[in-house]
Amino acid sequence: MEWHGFRRALRDGTNEGLQPWGRSSIAPITTLHYLVVAAALFVLGVIGVLTRRNVVIVLMSIELILNAVNLNLVAFSRIWGLHGQIFAIFVITDAAAEAAVGLGILIAFFRNKETVNVDEINLLKW
Amino acid sequence: MQPIATTFFFYFLSALTVLSGVLVITRKNPVHSALALIVALLAQAALYLMLYAPFVAGVQIILYAGGIMVLFLFVIMLVNIEQSQREEQFNKQWIIGLASAIALGALFVFVFAKSKSLFPDRGISMPEGSNTQQVAVLLYGNYMFAFEIASLLLLVAIIGAVVMAKKRI
Repeated sequence: MEWHGFRRALRDGTNEGLQPWGRSSIAPITTLHYLVVAAALFVLGVIGVLTRRNVVIVLMSIELILNAVNLNLVAFSRIWGLHGQIFAIFVITDAAAEAAVGLGILIAFFRNKETVNVDEINLLKW
Repeated sequence: MQPIATTFFFYFLSALTVLSGVLVITRKNPVHSALALIVALLAQAALYLMLYAPFVAGVQIILYAGGIMVLFLFVIMLVNIEQSQREEQFNKQWIIGLASAIALGALFVFVFAKSKSLFPDRGISMPEGSNTQQVAVLLYGNYMFAFEIASLLLLVAIIGAVVMAKKRI
């Protein structure tokens, strides 16, 4: 136990000097780690939405984005209470509704045009 | 005291999630994408378990990996994927899309690097055993109205999916 670090932490209100393992190099997993993973998933989902042509894979990329947001919410619920988990459950409900309606639209679209290419959906395009 | 298994499992599950996400957006066959997405969702459920959220992890496995992904695979079987596999997989604006997504990632990195002190390391201690009970108390207490609205949303989604997918009403 580093007594000076502990006293500095008590005085300054930071845990900068507190290292449970002394001079060990393995950093503990913090909330920021989870946020970085969620940001990577979010960026992957955005890339999928913006670059793929297959509608099914675009919908799967939207699921990736929603999951990244869920990971953020649950990671923050570690700090500020259970409300983030409740919101994550609501987001999962929304994802289920979105997948059902989106795949229904996809089936209707495929019946009319015989393709799953997202560039062919251009009737409302200016 | 930080146990070493936490660090190992965090990096393992994160790498599994991100690699499966890369596979989702790069595979040509949509079935392979769906299977990679299932792996990503299961690894993320394990990450929820590491964050002391067992109820959300269970909901994730049952609803996502069990429900939504079966729906996806079913629709992939319904549409004709042979023709779409022969076509070009990425659209013409893929350079702009990739650049804007990378700009978004750079924004994330910038915000996280700047606001490191905003996110405290030590959370409140939450007992894992009564997690489901506490979630239920919040869900049927504070969030009662939102819960009912969610059930209405699911009803609308059911009717909408049937109306969209049915050939003739």
